[in-house]
Amino acid sequence: MQVATGKSILNGIAIGPLRIYKKAEAQTAVTSTLTPEEEYARFDAARVKAQEQLGGLYDKALDEVGEDNAAIFEIHQMMLDDDDYLDAVKGIIETQNATAEYAVSTTGENFAAAFAAMEDEYMRARAADVKDISRRVVNVLLGVGDAEMMDDKPAILVADDLTPSETVQLDKTKLLGFITRHGSSNSHTAILARTMNIPALVGVDFQDDWDGKLAVIDGYNHCVYIEPAQELLTAMEEKRSNDLKQEALLQSLKKKPNVTLDGKEIKVYANIGNAGDVGLVLQNDAQGIGLFRSEFIYLDSQDYPSEDQQFMLYKRVVETMAGKKVIIRTLDIGADKQADYFELDKEENPALGYRAIRICLTRKEVFKTQLRAILRASAFGTVSIMFPMIISVREVRDAKEILEECKAELTERGVAFGEVEIGIMVETPAAVMMADELAEEVEFFSLGTNDLTQYTLAIDRQNPKLDNFYDSHHPAVLRMIRHTIEAGHRHGCWVGICGELGADQTLTETFLRYGVDELSVSPASVLPLRKIIRSLDLSKETQD
Amino acid sequence: MKQFTYTITDPVGIHARPAGMLAKAAKALDSTVTITKGEKSAAATKLMAVMGLGVKTGETITFTIEGGDEEASAAAMEQFCKENM
Repeated sequence: MQVATGKSILNGIAIGPLRIYKKAEAQTAVTSTLTPEEEYARFDAARVKAQEQLGGLYDKALDEVGEDNAAIFEIHQMMLDDDDYLDAVKGIIETQNATAEYAVSTTGENFAAAFAAMEDEYMRARAADVKDISRRVVNVLLGVGDAEMMDDKPAILVADDLTPSETVQLDKTKLLGFITRHGSSNSHTAILARTMNIPALVGVDFQDDWDGKLAVIDGYNHCVYIEPAQELLTAMEEKRSNDLKQEALLQSLKKKPNVTLDGKEIKVYANIGNAGDVGLVLQNDAQGIGLFRSEFIYLDSQDYPSEDQQFMLYKRVVETMAGKKVIIRTLDIGADKQADYFELDKEENPALGYRAIRICLTRKEVFKTQLRAILRASAFGTVSIMFPMIISVREVRDAKEILEECKAELTERGVAFGEVEIGIMVETPAAVMMADELAEEVEFFSLGTNDLTQYTLAIDRQNPKLDNFYDSHHPAVLRMIRHTIEAGHRHGCWVGICGELGADQTLTETFLRYGVDELSVSPASVLPLRKIIRSLDLSKETQD
Repeated sequence: MKQFTYTITDPVGIHARPAGMLAKAAKALDSTVTITKGEKSAAATKLMAVMGLGVKTGETITFTIEGGDEEASAAAMEQFCKENM
């Protein structure tokens, strides 16, 4: 058995033979034996054919992944009408007596390089599109069909890279999963894969001799097993059948209210760490996003992300959620999450160090850029802002004051924004003890149980030697949670839990009895949790 | 020659889709339409050149219309901007 790791796009299991797909290399003659006119006519015919294919892909994508995701293929069609692109191809054919294949791939490379050099991130990403359309035309010229990617047996597809068009045109009834060497988990292709619910790994250094071997993609653990041992295979098959049960559960729970048998209603939201996860949120029928970890925008970036960049991402999430609540946690960087350009000093004790709101309140411009972006996105749906790592009332007041400054700046610029609800993460013992005072300042609390547990028990969860001392159900932590919920309610705040404990099904009843209003968990935990909530009866005495 | 300026309100700026629609609209006119941002300019009919200008939201671009029925072409372009960019 061999194991390789990568980055998982979807928490799912795929089991089946691997099929390595090699793209047709455009290794054709450079010099043409035809006249330039004949060569250009070949190109033009291929171009028209490629546009027809793209038209077909657009319709297919429209069906499978919706209009927003399909628009890319409309743009590809338009690109193949571009005068400069056509002139460049013509120029190469005429001046170099080149083949259409050579002219198209060279033109594609040149245009891609020009886009890749642009300042704007959106424009830089268009380089891949130009390459994609050029490859399509070359494939038509070479007579390489799309169908060759898969034969008629179900398989896990393995490729260096997949373009959005390749992803969409794959035969979903045969595609068990896919593995690529390149590509990021935020790429268009990754988002499409998630929307289509296909287990996939990117960034896998695969070997050619894998072709035809039996493999398991374990999306939960970001790895692929090649020729797995029987024991593992059985375990994975079981996991996969659980996933299918989950899918069935979804169908049975979808659109049903989230109430206990005795009529108490609880909101179940999802946590996301990435704009691309929104698909999963909707798939699992969560009622909102209870924790949008905004730091991925900073961690994925080489420099401070601009207001516009952030705004676009937030807007996409907010629009996709279509009016359902989106709680955006402001930048929580520092400790184990570092971005080089922040130039944070190395600390003896990072968990107790310069992080989250402490950075935001001292690097005000960074904070304000983010707040303005969030405010602007609030014009497109229902947005709440949540400040992390709060220990005092003063911090909340300062943060709120900065938020007001941002609103004034936007008003001055004539930019629209909506009403935003303000809340804090309760994840320090200090915030718990100050919950009454803090509740006067905000509209909601969200309990971050991971940090709260670590700070309350003084246990570093990364340290395996402490496993014996660590108790996630420690009464001290549970009392903190209860105190926070009660204090919040005394002052009109709603209180939720967004840490890992929120998904702990053995505590669901306890939390409900404490009066929690919302639980925010990973998208995959939403449905099982809803099932439990719907089976509880709080009017009955507890069993213990 | 006729000229007018327009300030982009689309939050992404002139991205691929509006650039493509603009190219289509400009091709339908009997005038030549040039877009200028700062020192760079591009023919409105050229999708990738227009994208290459990298026009962001809030930035102002100048439309120059030459030849044919300039009056009607300028009106059509202005209308297009308001509806799409």
